[in-house]
Amino acid sequence: MDLYRVEDRRLLTGHGAFLDDLQPVPNIHHAAILRSPYPHARIRGIDASRALAMEGVVSVLTGADVASMSRPFPSALPRQAAYYSLAIDKARFVGEPVAVVVARNRYLAEDALSRIVVDYEPLPAVVDPEQAVINPDAPILHEDVGTNIALHRTLRYGDPEEAFRTADLVVKRRLRFPKYGSTPLETFGVLASWDAAEEVLTIWSNFHGPFSMHPVVAQALGIASNKLRFIVPGDIGGGFGIKTSIYPYMALIGLASRLAGVPVKWIEDRQENLSASSSGTDRVSEVELAAAKDGTILGIRMKIYDNVGGYFRPPEPGCTFRPLGNYVGGYSFRNLDVDAYIVFTNKSLTGPNRGYGCPHLYFGIERVVDEMAQQLGLDPAEVRRRNLIPKSAFPYRTPTGGLYDAGDYEACLDKLLDAADYAGLRRLQAEARAQGRLLGIGFAMGVDPSVSNMGYVDIAASAEERKHRHPKSGATQGTTIQVDDLGKVTVEISTTPQGQSHETMVRRHVAKEFQIPEHEVMVISGMDTATRGWTIPSGSYSSRFASIGISSAVVTARKVLEKLQRIAAHQIEANAEDLEYVDGSFRVKGAPERSVSFRHAAGIAHWDPASLPPGTDPGIYVTHYHTMPTALPPDDQDRVNSSNTYGFMVDMCVVEIDRETGEIQVQKYYGVHDSGVILDHKIAEGQIRGSFVHGLGGAMYEEMSYDADGAFLTGSFMDYLCPTFLEVPPLETHYVETPSPFTVLGSKGIGESATETVPACIANAVTDALRPLGIEVNELPVTPSKVWGWLQEAAVHDQS
Amino acid sequence: MADMRKDSAEDALFEARDVSCTVNGQIYRAKAEPRRLLSDFLREDLNLKGTHVGCEHGVCGACTILLNGRPARSCLTFAVQADGAEITTVEGLAQSPARLTRLQESFSEEHALQCGFCTPGMLVTATALLQDNPSPTADEVKHYLSGQLCRCTGYEQIVSAVLAAASGGQKGGE
Repeated sequence: MDLYRVEDRRLLTGHGAFLDDLQPVPNIHHAAILRSPYPHARIRGIDASRALAMEGVVSVLTGADVASMSRPFPSALPRQAAYYSLAIDKARFVGEPVAVVVARNRYLAEDALSRIVVDYEPLPAVVDPEQAVINPDAPILHEDVGTNIALHRTLRYGDPEEAFRTADLVVKRRLRFPKYGSTPLETFGVLASWDAAEEVLTIWSNFHGPFSMHPVVAQALGIASNKLRFIVPGDIGGGFGIKTSIYPYMALIGLASRLAGVPVKWIEDRQENLSASSSGTDRVSEVELAAAKDGTILGIRMKIYDNVGGYFRPPEPGCTFRPLGNYVGGYSFRNLDVDAYIVFTNKSLTGPNRGYGCPHLYFGIERVVDEMAQQLGLDPAEVRRRNLIPKSAFPYRTPTGGLYDAGDYEACLDKLLDAADYAGLRRLQAEARAQGRLLGIGFAMGVDPSVSNMGYVDIAASAEERKHRHPKSGATQGTTIQVDDLGKVTVEISTTPQGQSHETMVRRHVAKEFQIPEHEVMVISGMDTATRGWTIPSGSYSSRFASIGISSAVVTARKVLEKLQRIAAHQIEANAEDLEYVDGSFRVKGAPERSVSFRHAAGIAHWDPASLPPGTDPGIYVTHYHTMPTALPPDDQDRVNSSNTYGFMVDMCVVEIDRETGEIQVQKYYGVHDSGVILDHKIAEGQIRGSFVHGLGGAMYEEMSYDADGAFLTGSFMDYLCPTFLEVPPLETHYVETPSPFTVLGSKGIGESATETVPACIANAVTDALRPLGIEVNELPVTPSKVWGWLQEAAVHDQS
Repeated sequence: MADMRKDSAEDALFEARDVSCTVNGQIYRAKAEPRRLLSDFLREDLNLKGTHVGCEHGVCGACTILLNGRPARSCLTFAVQADGAEITTVEGLAQSPARLTRLQESFSEEHALQCGFCTPGMLVTATALLQDNPSPTADEVKHYLSGQLCRCTGYEQIVSAVLAAASGGQKGGE
């Protein structure tokens, strides 16, 4: 029987091809990485002689090697705070690589780690990003920078001073958003092979793009970019943005292979993954909202401290700036003031994580919107409605430069309130409160950006600095289609998927364009930068596929059809424009007996070039690079359309708190999404449910915790709690489908949506539940022990 | 330079032992150091790459196999412990990739897998569940599978797939 997805059969039978399953070269050796046990320590010396003397050990790579064999990774920062693939003279977080052992197998490599002696001089550490900036006694991580501020940007849109001056009400909250990562079940994996004869470095890895990291690695390693070959297998065991940040390990294992003279493989273990792979930033912020007494939002001010850990690793500061175009969310206010600090501390490094920057953003905005509604005595749903961008305003230019393509936000809100019987829920809540129960209803909404515009990264520089640089723009994705002499089709995609069903969707839509059965189309995923088409933005991140990935495939298919139509027209001596394509054949309009089949036209291109129309190349092998005209560089007012399509979601949930234990029961969660035309409801629903649980993890369970001295506390899945089958509450989803005018099929990204609003929604619901006690949730994750502590404080306060 | 393994007790620790076991109906005989994990033995020595390793400390469940018919974490089992055992891995669930079990078909129909990395452990564990309890409730499915992490699906579709396989049977498959 046919399965639902083309990917499923191999994955269900244990025949997938994940990174650790590959054996592409002989004589593979294995790496183990020695990591800093200290959050902050000078490395005075390393003695690896006893490790090197062990049977089976080939080499040990240390900071001295890395400093001589490579350069710091280029970044958006000025040439300071050098970041290499391994600590050179100082370790700046627990888990930072300090040495790499290469041995015949992993067991021997790990044995050898214990024989390496590192002379550390421990230094004081700082983990709180605000303290790292404002506390004059905070240790400085990078002496050459002289401060822990990696970057400071102030951005101003509209007239925020006027908004706050004329406001009837100003609400201000201090908020803490936690450090967590989506921890894909397959960890990082790298296999590097240095070819000394050709000076080519081939790196297999489960990197999922953007391939903008290819030049970053090439420059760090000082290798000609065409001699650095990235190969990615067709199966990646989850990514969620995290595997973008594998590239320093690609460089590191590449250096290890070069030093060892053998191919080297490294598979990250879970402790390494939790302590040192990647996560979102933790953020300390102050968010301030100016409102009129009818609940109209007049403006917002934010002071942000984003914690990027020990080093500044591109594509940071994406956490801060990737959502810039949608900083106002779904609201129509025009005045905004952003004071953003990107800060070094002794925590592990950060990067894209599902929702990249948006969970932080909406936690801030949605918390103060709720408090504003509360203080004005207005209903939180009604306040949101009053501030929504109306359907008639699209395409809508936000004050920060975003160009929202389409959406019907009010229809989403209506659908939500109707589906959840909001009025009924409020009655239930009133009854529960009368019984002394703590029942809460929370809302959150947000605009879900997809297809990052490469131009946004330039916001890290000021408008003045940008004048002196080459601008960046675009969001290009390529597809290659070949049709063989028997009319069978092979499609190479460059989206490096990690479970998002790209093979299924591309096969379906290319077959549809060609009017042939799906099984006659084969889709090749994965990547090989030496032999296949790729672009700087290629990959799967920022929910690109349903916007630009599928657009690229469909447009490429149409270009193939144009060529075949010219061939067919020449064959039957007709004008190409007089032909129509029906049931897999090109035929003359009004004279269907004069026709050439898809297969026949393709066959001519391969077997009989002499019969091709003049000027037509033989063969059918078409590569098309698709971009979006909306992906422009920032302007001189710091406005940028940071993404290219924008979905919308509005969520509501009902929670009840146990007064005795602080346990939070999420009784029901509702989400309504407008992500344009839904290409496949089953697959879209899978994306929403997965992203919902990631948001739930950040809201209630997951945190990469450190103590005040920088010790890392959550190094296993026993301490870092991912939601299991038993933690997932009932989720009800609904869709509004407003087609995007900017994509070929009217569809757009959806995979990050829920994760962006769930933390805010849970915080608002728990706050609503605790409202009778005057308790607000302004930090996440909201755990039972935190709630229990707050309940105890409230009880003490009540008695005194 | 001192030989790290000169002491005879340590030698014994590293000395490879014979392991013979039946995996998916095939008899295998190989040598394994006492410390070698069964997950590594299956993947590297027997080249059965279907069993995945997600945490190496027994929490995520991706590496689950059937060891003498019971679900076991192959990352918490030494290869030598499997001497004489009957093992089923994900590769052994279906007769061939063309003839899937009802459970495997349900996983596809319900979209119970995305990246597929946790899927081998899910399928193996759910297979054991359905052997123990052919008609579980949704709650029983969740509890039985609560030691299996999935970071893609949000779990609900996996529950649906197991329930569909349990109640189904009429729609082809084994």
